[in-house]
Amino acid sequence: MKKIIKYVIIDILRNRIVLAYTLFLLLISMSVFNLEDNSAKGLLSLLNIILIIVPLVSLLFSAIYVYNSAEFMELLVSQPLKRKTIWLSLYTGLAISMGIAFFVGAGLPILLYAATATGLTMLLMGILLSVIFVAIAMLAAVMTRDKAKGIGVSILLWLYFSLLFDGIILFILFQFADYPLENFMVGVSAFNPIDISRIMILLQLDESALMGYTGAVFKQVFGTTPGLMATFLVLFIWVSMPVWISARKFNRKDL
Amino acid sequence: MKYYLTIVLFFLLSGNCLNARTIRVGKDHPVKTIQAAILQAQTGDTILVFPGHYKEKNIIISKTIFLIGKGRPVIDGEYKYENISIKAPSVLVEGFRIIRSGVSSIEDFAGIKIYDQSFVVIRDNILEETFFGIYMQYAKHCLIQNNILRAFNKQEQQSGNGIHCWKSDSLRIIGNKISGHRDGIYFEFVTHSIIWKNISENNLRYGLHFMFSNNDAYISNTFRQNGAGVAVMFTHHIRMEKNVFEDNWGDGAYGLLLKEISDGFITGNRFSSNTIAVFMEGSNRIHLSGNKLSKNGWAMKVLANCMDVTVSGNNFLGNTFDVGTNGSLVLNTFNQNYWDKYEGYDLDRDGKGDVPYRPVSLYAMVVEQNPSAMILFRSFMSALLDKTEKLIPTITPENLKDDFPLMKPVQL
Amino acid sequence: MIIATNVNKQFGKLKALDNVSARCNKGECIALIGPNGSGKTTLIKCILGMVVCDSGFITFNDKNILHDWTYRSQIGYMPQIGRYPDNMTIGQVLSMMKDIRKQNKGLDEELIESFGLQQMFDKRMRTLSGGTRQKVSACLAFMFNPDVLILDEPTAGLDPVSTETLKEKINSEKQKGKLIMITSHILSELDELVTQVIFMQDGKICFHQPIETLKEQTGEQKLSKAIARVMGKQQL
Repeated sequence: MKKIIKYVIIDILRNRIVLAYTLFLLLISMSVFNLEDNSAKGLLSLLNIILIIVPLVSLLFSAIYVYNSAEFMELLVSQPLKRKTIWLSLYTGLAISMGIAFFVGAGLPILLYAATATGLTMLLMGILLSVIFVAIAMLAAVMTRDKAKGIGVSILLWLYFSLLFDGIILFILFQFADYPLENFMVGVSAFNPIDISRIMILLQLDESALMGYTGAVFKQVFGTTPGLMATFLVLFIWVSMPVWISARKFNRKDL
Repeated sequence: MKYYLTIVLFFLLSGNCLNARTIRVGKDHPVKTIQAAILQAQTGDTILVFPGHYKEKNIIISKTIFLIGKGRPVIDGEYKYENISIKAPSVLVEGFRIIRSGVSSIEDFAGIKIYDQSFVVIRDNILEETFFGIYMQYAKHCLIQNNILRAFNKQEQQSGNGIHCWKSDSLRIIGNKISGHRDGIYFEFVTHSIIWKNISENNLRYGLHFMFSNNDAYISNTFRQNGAGVAVMFTHHIRMEKNVFEDNWGDGAYGLLLKEISDGFITGNRFSSNTIAVFMEGSNRIHLSGNKLSKNGWAMKVLANCMDVTVSGNNFLGNTFDVGTNGSLVLNTFNQNYWDKYEGYDLDRDGKGDVPYRPVSLYAMVVEQNPSAMILFRSFMSALLDKTEKLIPTITPENLKDDFPLMKPVQL
Repeated sequence: MIIATNVNKQFGKLKALDNVSARCNKGECIALIGPNGSGKTTLIKCILGMVVCDSGFITFNDKNILHDWTYRSQIGYMPQIGRYPDNMTIGQVLSMMKDIRKQNKGLDEELIESFGLQQMFDKRMRTLSGGTRQKVSACLAFMFNPDVLILDEPTAGLDPVSTETLKEKINSEKQKGKLIMITSHILSELDELVTQVIFMQDGKICFHQPIETLKEQTGEQKLSKAIARVMGKQQL
């Protein structure tokens, strides 16, 4: 397994898109930290990048990579290798590469300019989001045979997670404004990894505001140790479920 | 200088002449109890109390005496009695550790209570586990200085206020440290008084609570981590200067709550990390200037029933929301403040932005209506909503704007 | 050695394999022939486990290949169109396969020499011509000295010299008693190697006979002609 991961990573790191993505992140984060007069404001600007760009690039790049390496996988499958091993190696390779790209592009500037609790949370969430969306992309890619369709599905998924989901929640919030929805909201946010990450960062960034009103509920849920553990468990499920399902699908897939 | 010394000497000698005595209390001294000492004492006498644990039920000071503790003697109320009741003018109480006053839901037991007296001085005492700490009613010209008041109750009902002042005038409350009480400092019908350099923290309700108390000032105090911050209500002509309001967190916690007050000056204060730094309801003619509001949930919430509130020359830094309001009617002025969220430009280089700043964001209005929506704050969608609203304002109040936002923070 | 029993496979509406049963033994050189889309490649992929059959089963040395992968170490496979990671060089691909197979001893690198691939070791895969890729595929198939060789259109795109080289190689492996499966629609070059013929059409096996029997029945000496005759007969 290690060997296949090694070859996948070598292959991805030679890919110009990942390099461009890393440079893009680096450029944005450096300019954000240099233009803003305080690092807290820089982090704020970086937040949108992390919540929008990272899932998008992770999704699209991984999906395209999976389609493009169909031949490579065919070659591997004809070898004495377990299919699960091949798939997991591919996932691990992709996840590590995207994680490294994010770490170098955004993580290093964060560590350099804003190594605060907020910054570190952001760094961790960025890496987790990369890893999660690689998993989701692989699930999408294994479910759809056609490349164009698969990429379309990935874009839709991104749109769903970053915009539509929140829109629906806001709609529900106002439709049922008379009911106590706080706990429901907390539960619902578990269904969107971007939301979970955002709330985790929010707890650092807007602690004071979150302490008012229903914010206290969020603080209770996400801010305590069991809550934190549950949150990370949910994020872990967001990684493992798509990987597991896609590995199963891949096991039965005809190449 | 010589002249001055002569006068002092004269008074010292004449004091001796008048035969003001010093009575010593302690186990190594002839007088064993404070009660006995007071009984012996005459007006102007000094009672020196030496270290020991004095359980003397309720000590009533009915003569003008100086009660001074040496080496911090303990006066224990055994959870049953009021430790010291002052019923004479110009009394001094100094240097004691006063603990365990009685707790009652009918009577307001206190560590030290001043009944209808003037010119009483209470200083350098430590009060622990008292129901009320220092209680004044109909007091005038009293000085409460450098006391430390600590209570440990968890429930509001079982806890009294730290320094409680009722129907009093011309008080000076200086340099005290109050924690764990219901309200740190409580003013009701108190006029012409000053609260200076106190630290009031971790109290169950308010750090400072003003009701119907006019023409007062509180300056250079620190209010920290109180259940609900500081409340100033039904009052006029209050000066609030150079205070620090910080870490007042929670639903209904305010750095400073202003309700039905008028003609107030709020200058040079620092508000940081409060859920709501300044909350105004039905307030008129309030001047806010030279304050620094940073890292608060809401820097200000100004309800639509406020009038002639002037906010100018303040720094707004790193707040989640700068200003919140509940309606579209705005009769207040925001002028020449520094807002770190301002994204305008200054082409004529006069230090003021060329386009107005609107401190109320759409999402602030959304959260105002539906607090649960806070869960979506800083999402892609909320950012989109805010940007559209900035281009075409529809929901946020049209007039709530700073026409001359500063490009650089005010030097404070 | 390889036994397929009632294998069915459907792609959407297309029935790629229809109740296919076959038995392949050691020392045989089997030609798997049939028109385009007759299911040859699908059958091979089924044997390799790249396609999972809908029903029926395939055994390799009396073991069901479903959920097994170790048996593939005994197979050398040369795909119809060899496609490899674009960014890798020939040398890297070869060393990667050695790495993955964890086999460094007893390697058969004869073909690399005879094709002269050493000189091109640091050329990237995406720059290679179809023929060169075929050579790489062939090298990989033979490299690990497998008991079974499955060659899907091995000579397509190869120049006559290389074809001859490959043919010799196949022949020498055949002499060692290995099972060799070759699919092709032009067989003329490989006529003399083949001992058995499996003819497929529309996902079915039409016949599976030793070459001698086939020649006797048709009276033709050339395999291609014999096949053509059979096909002609069937169409009538």
